[in-house]
Amino acid sequence: MNDAAPRPGARGRLLLTIGLVMLAVLVAVMVLGPSLAPYSPSRTTPDSLAGPTAQHWLGTDSIGRDLLSRLIVGGRSTLLITFASVALALCAGLVLGLASGYLGGRVDLVVMRLLDVIFAFPVFLLAIAVVAALGPTVPNLILTIAIVYTPTLARVVRAPVLSVKRWDHVEAARSVGVREFDIATRHVLPLVVSPIIVQTSLTLANTIFTVTALSFLGLGPPPPDPNWGSMLAEARQFMELAPLTVIGPAIAIVFASLTFIVLANGLREALDVGSR
Amino acid sequence: MIEEPLLSVRDLRVTFPPRRGRPAVRAVEGVSFDLRRGETLGLVGESGSGKTTTGRAVLQLQRPSAGSVRLLGRELTDMASGDLRAMRRHMQFVLQNPYTSLHPRMTVGQILSEPLAVHRAVPPNRRAERVAELLSLVHLDPKVVDRYPHEFSGGQRQRIVIARALAVNPDLVVCDEPVSALDVRTQAQIVQLLSELQDKLGLSYLFIAHDLAIVRSLAHRLAVMFGGRIVELGDADRIYETPVHPYTQSLLDAVPIPDPALQRARLARVAPEPHIPRHEADLSPCCFGEDHRATGRPRWHEVGPGHHVSCHFWPTAQAGADGANAGQG
Repeated sequence: MNDAAPRPGARGRLLLTIGLVMLAVLVAVMVLGPSLAPYSPSRTTPDSLAGPTAQHWLGTDSIGRDLLSRLIVGGRSTLLITFASVALALCAGLVLGLASGYLGGRVDLVVMRLLDVIFAFPVFLLAIAVVAALGPTVPNLILTIAIVYTPTLARVVRAPVLSVKRWDHVEAARSVGVREFDIATRHVLPLVVSPIIVQTSLTLANTIFTVTALSFLGLGPPPPDPNWGSMLAEARQFMELAPLTVIGPAIAIVFASLTFIVLANGLREALDVGSR
Repeated sequence: MIEEPLLSVRDLRVTFPPRRGRPAVRAVEGVSFDLRRGETLGLVGESGSGKTTTGRAVLQLQRPSAGSVRLLGRELTDMASGDLRAMRRHMQFVLQNPYTSLHPRMTVGQILSEPLAVHRAVPPNRRAERVAELLSLVHLDPKVVDRYPHEFSGGQRQRIVIARALAVNPDLVVCDEPVSALDVRTQAQIVQLLSELQDKLGLSYLFIAHDLAIVRSLAHRLAVMFGGRIVELGDADRIYETPVHPYTQSLLDAVPIPDPALQRARLARVAPEPHIPRHEADLSPCCFGEDHRATGRPRWHEVGPGHHVSCHFWPTAQAGADGANAGQG
């Protein structure tokens, strides 16, 4: 199991490289956002629903705002919400999954049943209910999506913990006198990270869709700020007049989601998940 | 007055609760023994005889369901977990499989520093020094501290496991089949190392094994386990020369003699292995002619100085037939 260092196959290495390049593009857009955009995303011009020109590479939307600038700035908000909510879900999932798997018994029973309750709701139904109850602000959206994805991540943490905690080196650590908390975090957790990394990447891909879908339904960040989901919703009625206003955000969403799927597959092969 | 033993185990019982409709498993049923300072007690028996569970219960890695384990005069079975963790610096564990008992993502240096940090055995600035000292103690090059376990052979790994056990200067080391996962040449080296360390550091070993030849080279006293009980306990040499319990006899008979002619002759001579009943009715009187229900004494008989035999698990046909004259010829 640990004799040969995991050798990523050529396919895995290629996927990983492509995924990392795509991720770099996304992160650059997210970090550099406003300074990269040629215009302010809220600046209107008389030219509404114009096609691509030298000034507006992707054209303008229904009230004459530059589409490229809105895509870039909107991407920042979409990706920020995505990363923040997955980070939150990952933290919760790590704590709950590790506690549940390592401690077992009653803790496991209670935690897993609670997560099952969340898991039982369709993702969107739950998200809509929470956002509707708490109000469509960015922090609420992040919290909602984090709650929705916590059970998946907690399960992915728990399952390998259940087996790793019975390995000999864990008993050896216990016989040495290491504290249970340190055994769980230092002797068990480092050996279960591979599947968690892969699942986190897949969750990011799903979250992109969830975030944009909620924004599309009007449950995302409030209107003045651009956002891929709300841009799609606004542009929908002008789809035939100016197809780019729909195609632009759609491609951006697919690109972002694909990034994490490619990355997850690359990581899966590079980290040798599933062969253990 | 006799010096108090380092480790004193009395009527130790471990019962695993029933699971999925299967009945409870009584893995250890009333095991008692003492271990003196600097002494090695060999615990032998077949798979499933409860010897590993006994070792784990002594270390409280498996909480016993009844009985007493006293180390350095302190009772371990009802000790709070914090105190127990502190007591672990006096009792350490060498596991059977060196391929799985080391953390695969920790360097040798980290593995050996951990017990030092846990028990604050040496100040942090002297840890590196102590790690180097431990590595030379087990005859490994102190330069290997930054390597990972997968870079070592089985024998070298077992040396690292032993070094980790010795890091905090324990009094008792429980060795659970420490060489059975290694090849024969390496086995001899590890056994040699263990015996050398015992002389140097005055360690006491509870040495669990099924290989009688290896136990013979290390153990001062021997406890033979069968069906969760000790059936024979005494000086190792004495038991090897004159085993009394039929189970011990069949166990020793199973060891081949390294002389083809003798071995062939012996195989022709030895009667078919006696059927040892795993569960038996209380025989009254027992094979030693004592009615335990009447006398109320434990089913445990002294057949020589410090040599005790249980009257459990005697084949009914043979009961009482052979006493002390039961050598293997």
